[in-house]
Amino acid sequence: MEAMTLLQWAFDTVLAVTLMWVAWKALASEDLFKGIALFIAFGLLMALVWVRLEAPDIALAEAAIGAGLTGALLLAALAKLESGSKDSQPLQVAMLVKATTNTVNKQILFRWLLVLLLSVLVAGLSYVVLSLPLQAIGLSETVMENLEASGVSNPVTAVLLNFRGYDTLLELAVLLLALLGVWSLSNLPEQHESAPSKVLDMLTRLLVPLLILVSGYLLWTGAHAPGGAFQAGSVLAAAGVLLLLAGWRLEARFAGLFLRITLVLGLAMFVTVAIVVQLAGLRLLEFPLSIAGTLILLIEVAATLSIGMTLAALFFGRRPRTDQADAGTNK
Amino acid sequence: MSLTNILTILLLTAGAVFFLAGTIGLLRFPDVYTRLHALTKADNLGLGLLLTGLALQAETWTVMAKLLLIWLLILLASSSVAHLVARAALQRGIKLWKR
Repeated sequence: MEAMTLLQWAFDTVLAVTLMWVAWKALASEDLFKGIALFIAFGLLMALVWVRLEAPDIALAEAAIGAGLTGALLLAALAKLESGSKDSQPLQVAMLVKATTNTVNKQILFRWLLVLLLSVLVAGLSYVVLSLPLQAIGLSETVMENLEASGVSNPVTAVLLNFRGYDTLLELAVLLLALLGVWSLSNLPEQHESAPSKVLDMLTRLLVPLLILVSGYLLWTGAHAPGGAFQAGSVLAAAGVLLLLAGWRLEARFAGLFLRITLVLGLAMFVTVAIVVQLAGLRLLEFPLSIAGTLILLIEVAATLSIGMTLAALFFGRRPRTDQADAGTNK
Repeated sequence: MSLTNILTILLLTAGAVFFLAGTIGLLRFPDVYTRLHALTKADNLGLGLLLTGLALQAETWTVMAKLLLIWLLILLASSSVAHLVARAALQRGIKLWKR
């Protein structure tokens, strides 16, 4: 037994050191592509850390969203950056260098100010960490005591959808706002369906149905085991990303109202439930015990669809072409 | 020590050797194509050996089926991705390494 704990200590130490090292390399890398590759590696290591901390819910979310989808988003952004400003970039950098040499004194001053501010922050954080009680009780016991009142048996889902449902509601809103931001910044570019290579085509055809199945499984199992709307949504988004990479585009007749309804469905369902519950005389987002499980499942199904669609749309990175836009350009 | 435990240890060790060889190949080989070659050996055979070793320790059939599924999925993904990376490299005009 002694050897086993020693081995675990060794594994944890290697994991922690590698995590910090990869994080530093990702931040310090001047090559953006290298930085992104290291960031993805960081996400996977982070997922391992969560597994070691016995938090499989967060590990799943970190692997799917942190490493997978964020990595894909960053790579897509890099591709746009490179294709968009191939000529103007060196010029901008040259101008930037010139501008900074003129204001080098100011920059030194600024740097010292930054050091000062960061020192204050570090001192404050250290004070807070050191003044924490050594044996924190936390809220996990309270959650476990009230688990039966939540309608689900997975404590993480109980917290996310019931006890702290308000936070999740706002998270969905943030995700939607992010997409609105992306859409409002981009105009309508060319987009045609393109035929993928045979291998990619086969891979997509095999994986997309499987990903949808896994997404449904994660959604369903979230009520009593690690899983839930965010994990299921990101797996669904992965299917979308794969389809987009294989050259598939959303048909114009679905890209208008249908897409928008799917995007806001999660938030709308959450808000509707909140309003109905309040009209029934309960507090905001207080679920009556008899139907709490059903309400949570209803919200999670809607949220999964919305999260999946939103993340895939973020990867696409611009507003998809709709019927109206097509009619406009054809005339 | 039972026979299954010995077999598991042998299979895991063999798998680890493949992963080590694959990693050294990834770091030491001269161009993208040979590196892919090294990488997919680790993914395909190394992981297959590891999962067979773990499957021997599985208590139920469902766990074995899950391990098999993981191996099949990674086979599919790694071989497809190796092809796609090599194709993209060829299309960008990266030359094959010659002595």
